[in-house]
Amino acid sequence: MTDMRTATAAASAPPLSMTDAVPKIRGRGVGVFYGAKQALFDVDLDIMRNQVTALIGPSGCGKSTFLRCINRMNDVIDVCRVTGEILLDDENIYDPKVDVVQLRAKVGMVFQKPNPFPKSIYENVAYGPRIHGLARTKEELDEIVQSSLKRAGLIKEVHDRLDQPGTGLSGGQQQRLCIARAIAVSPEVILMDEPCSALDPIATATIEELIDELRQNFTIVIVTHSMQQAARVSQRTAFFHLGNIVEVGDTEQIFTNPREERTQAYITGRFG
Amino acid sequence: MASEHLVKSFDEELEKLNAWISEMGGLAEAQLRMALDAIGRRDTELAQRVISGDARVDRLEKDVAQQVVRLLALRQPMAIDLRAIVSALKISSDIERIADYAANLAKRSLVLSQMQPMRSTGGIERLGRLVLELLKDTFDSFANSDIEKARAVWLRDEEVDDMYTSMFRELLTYMMEDPRNITPCTHLLFMAKNIERIGDHATNIAELIHFKVTGKEMAEERPKGDRANYAKVEAV
Repeated sequence: MTDMRTATAAASAPPLSMTDAVPKIRGRGVGVFYGAKQALFDVDLDIMRNQVTALIGPSGCGKSTFLRCINRMNDVIDVCRVTGEILLDDENIYDPKVDVVQLRAKVGMVFQKPNPFPKSIYENVAYGPRIHGLARTKEELDEIVQSSLKRAGLIKEVHDRLDQPGTGLSGGQQQRLCIARAIAVSPEVILMDEPCSALDPIATATIEELIDELRQNFTIVIVTHSMQQAARVSQRTAFFHLGNIVEVGDTEQIFTNPREERTQAYITGRFG
Repeated sequence: MASEHLVKSFDEELEKLNAWISEMGGLAEAQLRMALDAIGRRDTELAQRVISGDARVDRLEKDVAQQVVRLLALRQPMAIDLRAIVSALKISSDIERIADYAANLAKRSLVLSQMQPMRSTGGIERLGRLVLELLKDTFDSFANSDIEKARAVWLRDEEVDDMYTSMFRELLTYMMEDPRNITPCTHLLFMAKNIERIGDHATNIAELIHFKVTGKEMAEERPKGDRANYAKVEAV
């Protein structure tokens, strides 16, 4: 049985007020082109340290595109061109000197559909630390695997079958395995692209609870189509529309009294 | 008000909620008007109608509460919708209290009509007409999301408080003049207080309309004119 801790616990961690917030990532004039088509226009967005920032907006609004800029996932698309700058702790991640592999170790990612490697549970988590040389001995690697699975809230369910294939787990467990895999390399930022859209409500609540715990140690950016989820898990919300950022603010303010008419129309289901 | 929802049935449900609030408001206003007429004309039959009419407002309040719970559970409203739904719940309970006070006025008018007419009855009616006017403006501002009008109601509550305080003094004086006045004057005092409370509920509703439309509280402190709590009359 899945742990029934519900999303209500997500409200338990002390909210960081805007005054305590320190930007971990600063997007400045970010533009993205796919060939001749511009997908993102001059986006300025600060992502605060140890907060969950939700990116919301209708399909094609540019929220996933922006998310993928943060660890340069767009680099793998040939026709894609990024302008402006994204500063991670004051360092422009688009600087030619930046090692993309190192960047992606600092900025991990969890995708919409759980995508464990076709390997054992252990190997799924051990893979990253091994290629990044984070463990000198087998014991150290074991320790990383154990602690990552623990932080991802999965260890109790899999401790006696670490040698079993990760693909044999349930959808929710697979997603937590992917989170364990992401945190195994000690990233600073975790990007989540609709991490719960393929999960049932209980598995979703477990992940949401996990997200709230993880923000103590990580900075999290989540793209979600579920406005309720954005409201439940995030402290800040940014609303994207047609490649522009329309409004960004405290999640509570965005969902109770948005400043912009377009934000209101979207979150109340009046779009179009 | 914002444009229509993509899901039309949500609009219909919100409209239904607003229609119930408007109906409650209309009923409460009529109840107060009839109660004042009953007082002025010493009309016991009319007073009875007011007393029995209260049940309808109570019923509507329950319907509104049910609909609000339903909308919160099924629609998970946000922003303006959330504010509209939450304020509908609170406004309906304010209106329900207003109607209770109107019924109480009617009950006391039955007692008064068995006694000698008092001069102060006219004062009660004047106070009542002023509050009735505020109520009408309140429900108009609800129907049109008119925050200027809501604000005007909110500010005019001071007039009600002033009038109530002066009635309080007047009634105390009558009671001191002749102890036989104590029974009718006590009833009149309660009636004045009930009407003053109706005014307070009207200002609550005005505040809720402002919150619903703007998402913000009415900013400044409202001037308080009710000094009856501290009023005393020197012995003659």
